[in-house]
Amino acid sequence: MQKLANLAIGTKGEIRSISDSDLEQKLLEMGCTPGEKIEVVRRASFGGPVAILVSSYVLSVRKEDALKIDVQLLKDE
Amino acid sequence: MSKKQIKIALAGNPNSGKTTLFNAFTGLKQKVGNYPGITVEKKSGKAKLSDEYNIEIIDLPGTYSLFPKSMDEQVAQQVLCNNTDEDYPDVTIVIADATNLRRSIFLLTQVIDLKMNVVLALNMVDIATKKGILVNVNLLSEELGIQVVAINARKGQGIESLKQVIIKTIDEKPKKPFLDVTKIFKDVIEKANEIRGVENNYASFLTLCKQKLSGELLNRCALNQLCKQHEIIPERIQAKETVKRYKAIDKVIFSCVKKGAPVGKYQFTKKLDDLLIHPFFGYIIFLSVLFLLFQAVFSWSAYPMELIDGLFTDLSIWTANAMPKGMLNDLVVNGILAGLGGIFIFVPQIAFLFAFIAFLEDTGYMARVSFITDKLLRGVGLNGRSIIPLLSGAACAVPAIMSARTISSWKERLITIMVTPLMSCSARLPVYALIISMIIPPDEFLGFNLQGLVMMAFYLLGFLAAIGVAFLMKFIIKSKESSNYIMEMPSYKIPDWKTVIYTIVEKVKIFLFDAGKIIIAISIVLWVLSSFAPGKKFEQIEQKWTGKEDAEMHIAADKLEASYAGIIGKTIEPAIKPLGFDWKIGISLITSFAAREVFVGTMSTIYSVGDDNIQSIQERLKNVKNQETGEAFFTPAVGISLMLFYAFAMQCMSTLAIVYRETKHWKWPVIQFLYMGVLAYLSSFIAYQILS
Repeated sequence: MQKLANLAIGTKGEIRSISDSDLEQKLLEMGCTPGEKIEVVRRASFGGPVAILVSSYVLSVRKEDALKIDVQLLKDE
Repeated sequence: MSKKQIKIALAGNPNSGKTTLFNAFTGLKQKVGNYPGITVEKKSGKAKLSDEYNIEIIDLPGTYSLFPKSMDEQVAQQVLCNNTDEDYPDVTIVIADATNLRRSIFLLTQVIDLKMNVVLALNMVDIATKKGILVNVNLLSEELGIQVVAINARKGQGIESLKQVIIKTIDEKPKKPFLDVTKIFKDVIEKANEIRGVENNYASFLTLCKQKLSGELLNRCALNQLCKQHEIIPERIQAKETVKRYKAIDKVIFSCVKKGAPVGKYQFTKKLDDLLIHPFFGYIIFLSVLFLLFQAVFSWSAYPMELIDGLFTDLSIWTANAMPKGMLNDLVVNGILAGLGGIFIFVPQIAFLFAFIAFLEDTGYMARVSFITDKLLRGVGLNGRSIIPLLSGAACAVPAIMSARTISSWKERLITIMVTPLMSCSARLPVYALIISMIIPPDEFLGFNLQGLVMMAFYLLGFLAAIGVAFLMKFIIKSKESSNYIMEMPSYKIPDWKTVIYTIVEKVKIFLFDAGKIIIAISIVLWVLSSFAPGKKFEQIEQKWTGKEDAEMHIAADKLEASYAGIIGKTIEPAIKPLGFDWKIGISLITSFAAREVFVGTMSTIYSVGDDNIQSIQERLKNVKNQETGEAFFTPAVGISLMLFYAFAMQCMSTLAIVYRETKHWKWPVIQFLYMGVLAYLSSFIAYQILS
């Protein structure tokens, strides 16, 4: 298991859990449900937000919030 | 034959094409107001549905779900969940982005479960097809138990079929709930129904999740009790339900959507992002975009402005000659027309500025700007989303402060609200434009228009001041809550020109009517104040100069000084003298406290009272002489000092009013007024003392 904040661009994985209740609720309703596949697509400079591809759209979250998101890495097929 | 009137609500995610569909329905027949008691903008419009029906359609704020996190989203929930609300719709249209079906039908399924008469308008099917996403519309309609219409909001395709389907849906409720919450939380929902006295399972579920549906305050205690008895933690059941709902949605998507290979330029957004959010070039490009924006606003609007100026000068001359001489003639020409001209001349600049902002928003670039600036802005207590209020602040602080509502952290939102009025808004533009044209030569500097560069420097100064003050406030304002930044990065789109044009028309209208009213009223008051004097002063002046050389000029000058306006200006002159201002500017400063753009009108009125030569305001001011030195009064020192004062002072009653409404406390507008006043006085003082 890895924290989303620590993943490099291009890494693929599955969302496992989100440890902050407020954050969890917001991300859930935007489709980041447990088991959903994601891919890290961008990282802003200076430790800025992380952008992920989730159910065919791009979502950006702050690095601090990305630390609260657990991701199970997927092997490339 | 009278037609039947039905109410329609338009709901959907942000970036789903909701506003475009709204425009397609109503055209320019839209009304922008506010929901009672709050500042959320309410857009509604009327349209013809068929020979039998007329509709009133409301464009609800964009939302991802019926679990609101911001005031905007709260409105959407309020209208949809409360059947006693005056805007409760007969039919709801939920618009969904076909390229993003999974997330965009989440809201739809919630609306279905509220047992509302609902239609799904499936937008951007063509783009989805290009991306290899094939949606089986008929099957989707069957699975959801409601009518689904594929549309292309931009091209206006499918709107007619949508209208037909709306008529059918007036008496047609969804066949079944999408997700039966009674199956997940059995007895509790029924008991909640009992407490609320309404047989609506999903609405009752929402109240159990601590959602404040209006009119439910009385039931709150009983509902809380119910939660306690059944050991329900609202956040937990909400999360559980969301996950179950997505599982059900995934099943529908699995059967209705087939993924094939993308056709054509699917990679367009990715390639553009490589450049626009590049760790280095991204920032360079952003700065260049800003630079171009201000150059363009300044130089492109020059021609239409000259045209309007000429038009008003001609109109004034014509009116002055056509009307019989006397008081009324003077009031119309030097009071009303002078004031009106001062407003209309800035329409081109405002139009261009709003056009650019609408363009940047509509293409999806603003979201990227937020993304690359979030970390930097947070360093000074702001948020990546503050970039939109800050940039919109360059047009007008009022809508800009309202747009800060998308920032969920109270502290970051408050700081954004407090510093946004430091951004040079379009009302300062007239003041800058007037003064720059007097003190800066229209030369070229490194191939750029020098006047444009000075203008840009002042915009930059406003921005830097905003950043500096935000940084200080970060340490002063205390807050415990955590801040969130979750933002969709929409695919790039070619902007919808209609939407851009509608935005311009709407903003120009607001400027002309809302600001115009104040300006005209003040112009007339000013004319009165400067045309009358206490006692018999005017007669004495006329007697004094009659028969002497240049009598008319001396009479006019002395009269203004003796008038009520002159008395007020003279009274405050000692306070503003260290800034390089005389009593005439003093009068303008006082009147500008209603709204900054009044400055130009006031200057124009004050300097034209008693002046029979109708000139443009620039020419008039250039000819003003300093009474002590005999040189031109508007030296660079006076001009810069004046511009600095306008750059920083809080001279806008509308902004103060909006800050009060958004912060719900008088403390914040008062602090804002004071800190900006001190900043303005000090910087003008320093600049004038150094430069003169």
